[in-house]
Amino acid sequence: MTAAAAMDLSAETPLLRVRDLTRLYGDRVGCEGVSFDLWPGEVLGIVGESGSGKTTLLNTLSARLEPSAGTVEYDTRDAGLTDIYQLSEPRRRLLTRTDWGIVHQNPRDGLRMGVSAGANIGERLMAVGARHYGNIRADALDWMGRVEIRDERVDDLPRTFSGGMQQRLQIARNLVTGPRLVFMDEPTGGLDVSVQARLLDLLRSLVTGMRLSVILVTHDLAVARLLAHRLMVMKDGRVVEQGLTDQVLDDPHHPYTQLLVSSVLQV
Amino acid sequence: MSPVIQVRDLTKDFVLHTQNGVRIPVFSGLSLDVAAGECVGLHGPSGAGKSTLLRALYANYKPDSGAVIVSHDGGAVDMATAEPRAVLDVRRRTLGYVSQFLRVIPRVPALDVVAEPLVALGTPGDAAREKAAVLLARLNIPERLWHLAPATFSGGEQQRVNIARGFATDYPAMLLDEPTASLDAANRDTVVAMIQEAKARGCSIVGIFHDVDVRTRVCDRLFEIGARDHAA
Amino acid sequence: MQPNDATQAQDTLDGYNFAYLDEQTKRMIRRATLKAVAIPGYQVPFAGREMPLPYGWGTGGIQVTAAVIGPDDTLKVIDQGADDTTNAVSIRRFFARTAGVATTERTTQASLIQTRHRIPEAPLTEDQILVYQVPIPEPLRWMEARESETRKMHALEEYGVMHVKLYEDIAHLGRIATSYDYPVRVNGRYVMAPSPIPKFDNPKMDMMPALQLFGAGREKRIYAVPPYTRVESLDFEDHPFEVQAWDEACALCGATDSYLDEVVIDDAGGRMFVCSDTDHCTQRTASREAAE
Repeated sequence: MTAAAAMDLSAETPLLRVRDLTRLYGDRVGCEGVSFDLWPGEVLGIVGESGSGKTTLLNTLSARLEPSAGTVEYDTRDAGLTDIYQLSEPRRRLLTRTDWGIVHQNPRDGLRMGVSAGANIGERLMAVGARHYGNIRADALDWMGRVEIRDERVDDLPRTFSGGMQQRLQIARNLVTGPRLVFMDEPTGGLDVSVQARLLDLLRSLVTGMRLSVILVTHDLAVARLLAHRLMVMKDGRVVEQGLTDQVLDDPHHPYTQLLVSSVLQV
Repeated sequence: MSPVIQVRDLTKDFVLHTQNGVRIPVFSGLSLDVAAGECVGLHGPSGAGKSTLLRALYANYKPDSGAVIVSHDGGAVDMATAEPRAVLDVRRRTLGYVSQFLRVIPRVPALDVVAEPLVALGTPGDAAREKAAVLLARLNIPERLWHLAPATFSGGEQQRVNIARGFATDYPAMLLDEPTASLDAANRDTVVAMIQEAKARGCSIVGIFHDVDVRTRVCDRLFEIGARDHAA
Repeated sequence: MQPNDATQAQDTLDGYNFAYLDEQTKRMIRRATLKAVAIPGYQVPFAGREMPLPYGWGTGGIQVTAAVIGPDDTLKVIDQGADDTTNAVSIRRFFARTAGVATTERTTQASLIQTRHRIPEAPLTEDQILVYQVPIPEPLRWMEARESETRKMHALEEYGVMHVKLYEDIAHLGRIATSYDYPVRVNGRYVMAPSPIPKFDNPKMDMMPALQLFGAGREKRIYAVPPYTRVESLDFEDHPFEVQAWDEACALCGATDSYLDEVVIDDAGGRMFVCSDTDHCTQRTASREAAE
């Protein structure tokens, strides 16, 4: 048995431990009573329709929206499980730009459109103290290759890139510091189907290769099936069903999940 | 020697909420032990729930009650209640599943589709692809197809890629859902030989084999799964 | 202290408070300045006043000068190194008439020097104060437009974006092309805009014996570098900071170590290089003539 195979599940600490997470907007519920553990190397899909609270949940999990109640604990490298909202702001910001990544649906929200592709990838390295131009550029080129963007585009502005390329660049920019946890908000939304397929394949191999933990918000069940190990189905801010991805999709129990699954057009 | 797979009082209904909550019972109170090296054929009329049972054993379907205990990593995991990552670990290392249809992943070439379970176990990519190539050759997939994504393959070709993938790693237990359904005689013989080899190294198998000839050649016994009244 | 060739203003205006600003305002600016000195490189907001000249003409520098100048001071004002340009002459006259202070063009004789876009070539001393006019005090501005965010970035020392700008220079031009207002890190902490001085002058800021004060009128910010404070220009290990160099010497005084301006001398495309620091050039020429 190889080392990669022989992992003792009981010895592991969850990377993220979420308990009773609630976010209210006045009287309205954004998300309510969400609890789960995310384990190293695990991809958790959050599915549901628009307005189901999945984006609110993602923002609350990723330290961008203070919860009304409940806790989000992250297994920090130095202090173990720590409530991210109890961290000082400098530590939280450092965490989010080194150990975490955020891939936005619209690459413009995650890229610096005014600087070159190479600088976009290199920024996180420079932010954590890289001061050798040659090394930064070599890392940028390496990551361009890994997300299948040709070397000669390294000095071009992202606005000259296609949507799919911009999304791949955004992924490279996030992964260059070797994060352990990546949040993805509809990463394939707004892309042509053929472009989607390529991106999904790339994400799949990167996630497996780097043993990334991912929280993936999507309304596309096909994307969820391809990328996620397990799913949480949200409706009206609550998790109505969760479990193994193929089990939730092939044998849904909650009426809403059944409706969701049966509403997908078969091709 | 304790059984590799132990099914205990397994019950499964489907409740269709989109159709006024109609409840469709499939089976109830099933119990079954499968020993190492044993091949059990599920037998019964169409619609009796053979495929549903196979999927429940793989935790693809969630039973309403009962247990599916699989020997795993020196211990035992109940596939019916284990948390997702434990189920996935069992699937990765102990329990293989060959479905009737290949779920195609866009862009991924056949060779990598077959090699993937090996890579997931830590086999280096080159070695994994070497073994995948041997399997594809044995199942008569022309070499020109190896580097193409199987989306455009014929049904029979896809099924053989699927079998190659299922047999890429030496699982201690396997679930086979009509593995020879759309194969010609030569390929059927190859698959039968592969099943017999797996048994010989101690692999426990639960399968659905419609072909009488295949069934008699691989199954040590049959497990009758009748209509509703079977249980009780 | 009365330098012999400094000129005492003759006609101090009646009806104005000393150095134009009222005492309350000067106290407020001094408090901001003290805070700035205490936190080297940190931009301190202050309640900037309307001054009788437009923004961009040195309103920030003038307010700082007005707050720190005393009757015994001798003031020098330069613009791009020259004492005789309109802006420098106006500001010098402004203080001569509202404060009645002595003025000079000699760097070594001034106790207070207000400058736009240069640091004098002659080394400054502990007895001198250098006041910079600053158009845009925020070095992070071009990467991050939101003031709330730039403040946070300063507070948390998130300065990676500064190197993104330098990276872009090297990627597109093969070298760091920024030649004015080249960002510096003060005392190992705050990243600071040195105002649009040529990067040639950056090394002079490092461990300078004189107090350096910076005033931004439109943006209403004051910041400072106390005497003998480390000022490092940002760079990469493999692309270290470098200053401009010229193949020519000054056509007037022959200096080879000063910052040179290119001057067109006729309509046939003739040109020459001369010291940008007019006092430096004049002193060198005078001493050379005296030696002959």
